[in-house]
Amino acid sequence: MTAKVTVEDVARVAELAHLELTPDETGHMLHDLNAILDYVAQLSELDTAGVAPLAQVTELEGAGGEGLLRQDTVIPSLDRGAVMPQAPETDQVFFKVPKVIER
Amino acid sequence: MPSETKTPETFVEKPKAFAEMREGILAGSVKSVDLAASYYERIEQLNPRLNVYLSLTKDRALEHAAEVDATAAKGDPLPPLAGIPVGIKDVLVMRGAPSTAGSKILQGYQPPYDATVVSKLEAAGAVLLGKLNCDEFAMGSSNENSAYGPVLNPVDTGRVPGGSSGGSAAAVAANMAVATLGTDTGGSIRQPASFCGVVGVLPTYGRVSRYGLIAFASSLDRVGPFAANVRDAATMLGVIAGHDPMDATSSPVPVPDYAAESDKPVEGLRIGVPAEYFGEGLDSEVRACIEQGITTLKTAGCTVKPISLPHTRYAIPAYYLVATAEASANLARFDGVRYGYRSPASDTLSAMYSHSRDEGFGAEVKRRILLGTYALSAGYYDAYYLKAQQVRRLLAEEFIRMFAEVDAIVTPTAPTPAFKLGEKTGDPLAMYLADIYTVTASLAGICGVTVPCGTTRTGLPVGMQVLAAHMNEGTAFRVARAVEAGQK
Repeated sequence: MTAKVTVEDVARVAELAHLELTPDETGHMLHDLNAILDYVAQLSELDTAGVAPLAQVTELEGAGGEGLLRQDTVIPSLDRGAVMPQAPETDQVFFKVPKVIER
Repeated sequence: MPSETKTPETFVEKPKAFAEMREGILAGSVKSVDLAASYYERIEQLNPRLNVYLSLTKDRALEHAAEVDATAAKGDPLPPLAGIPVGIKDVLVMRGAPSTAGSKILQGYQPPYDATVVSKLEAAGAVLLGKLNCDEFAMGSSNENSAYGPVLNPVDTGRVPGGSSGGSAAAVAANMAVATLGTDTGGSIRQPASFCGVVGVLPTYGRVSRYGLIAFASSLDRVGPFAANVRDAATMLGVIAGHDPMDATSSPVPVPDYAAESDKPVEGLRIGVPAEYFGEGLDSEVRACIEQGITTLKTAGCTVKPISLPHTRYAIPAYYLVATAEASANLARFDGVRYGYRSPASDTLSAMYSHSRDEGFGAEVKRRILLGTYALSAGYYDAYYLKAQQVRRLLAEEFIRMFAEVDAIVTPTAPTPAFKLGEKTGDPLAMYLADIYTVTASLAGICGVTVPCGTTRTGLPVGMQVLAAHMNEGTAFRVARAVEAGQK
C-alpha cells in the first residue's frame, strides 16, 4: 500500500477518467496524490482479515434500512420535451455528438 | 467575486425564531410577500460583500408568498413553515432555477424538476429565496473551491465560512435567510455551521431523500437543515424527512415530531465524551468551550462518561478513499452530452469528453476524480477501496456498540475556529484534516447536530457536535437544546 505514483500513473488514471491535464497540472497532481496516498497508507496498520466490506450503511441493523426494496413497477420518468432543451446540441429527439465512426 | 476588503467586517444578525414569525403571519400583522421582499432587500445589500447567493428565485418566491397570504387572509389553517424565507444550497435542483453545484461545468443548467426536499419545503409553506454558494460539487471545507468565488464568513470577512455548505451557513448567520438547506458528505453541514455560529443538522443516512441532489458520494451524501436555533432546525428536519420512492435508500421509518422531541428535558441522559476527539491538533480555546458545554450538560442532570472510540484515527483515510471512489463514478455523468458545458473545439467524441471535463471542472474536483479512479483501478482496488470499506464497517460497529452504553456522544465539531481565507488552499491534505471530527459519523451513517457552544477571545464561534444513534435525531436535538440553553 505504499505504491509511489509516477507521472505515467497520473497520465493513465487521467485517461481512464477522461481528464486532460496540462504538464503543470500533472506535476501538481503527482505531488498531491503521493501526499494523500502516503497519508492513507496508515490503514494498512489495521488488521481487517475477515471483516466484510461495508458499502451501504442501510444494511446495518437498526439503521432504518429495513424494508427498502420496492416492487419492480414501471413509473413515468421526466418528459423528453422537458429534458432535451438542456442538452448542448440536440434535435430535440436525440443528443448530437461529434462523429464517432469514420466512413 | 466579493470586493477585496482590508479590514475584516462583521455582518452577523440573528433571524427571528419561526414561532415569532408565524405569530405575525397568523395575526395578519406581517405579510409573507413583505417578509420575502425585506429579505431580498437585505440580500441585495449584503451579497456583494459576502457572495452567499449564486442566484435568486424571486418570481417563484413572491408567487408562493402571495399564496401563503391568501391562505392566511381566508383564515385557513397554515402549514408549519408558512411564509418562512428559506435558502437552498446550489447542489439541490429547483425547476427553472439555475443549478450549478458551484461548478462551471453546470453553468446555465436549468433543471426540469424539483428535488424532493424542495417540494416538501414549499408544500410546508416555506418561501424559497434562491440558491446558495458552495464548494464545487460539495468538495471542500472552506467554500474556496466554488467556481463562483468564495463565501466570506459573516462573523469575520477575513475568514472562511467553512464548507462545503458555506453559503447555507453564512446565510443564516447574516440573516439572509431564516433557515437553509445544505448537504453533508464528510462534514459539509456541521463544520460551516460551527464556523458561522449557527445550528446544523446531519440526519441519519436515509432519513431525508436525496432525489434531486447532484451526487458527490452517494453512500455518504445527506441533505440537512441550518437554522438559528435548535428547535427551528428540528422543525425543518420534520418537514424534509420521510420516505421517498424516488430514492432507493430512503428509509420507511416513520418521522417523529422532532420539535416536540427537542423540548424534552435531558435529565438522566448518558453522554459519552470520546478521548480521541480531544487529542493533538485541537485548539485550546475550542477545547475550553466544549468543556464548558459539557459542564452545562452535567448541571442539567446528564451523566457524563469518558469513552474511547479507537478507530477514529482511521476515519479520514477511509473517508477520502470511499468518497473519492464514489465521486469518480458519479462525476462520469458530466460528459458534455446531455446537459451542462460542452467544449466547442472538439472534432472527436473522446476529445469532446476530455476537453469538456478539463475546462469544466476545477482543481479539487479533478484531484478527487483522479484519486478515486486510482483507488478503483486494477491492482489497487483491494488495497485501497476494499480496505477502506472494511474500516468503514469497524467504525460503524464501534459507534453501534457505544450507543448501547450512552445516549449521545459530544465532541468539538471542528478542531479549530474558522481559519483565514487562503490559509489552507495550497495544501489539500491540511484541508482534509479540517473534517477530522465529522467524517466518522458520515462513514457510520449516524445522525448529529452541531450547536453553538461559546466563542474564542476574538469572538469566533465554536460548535459542539452532538452525535446519536441511527434514527435517533430526537436525542441529539434534546442534548443540543440543553447546550443552547446554557449559552449566555
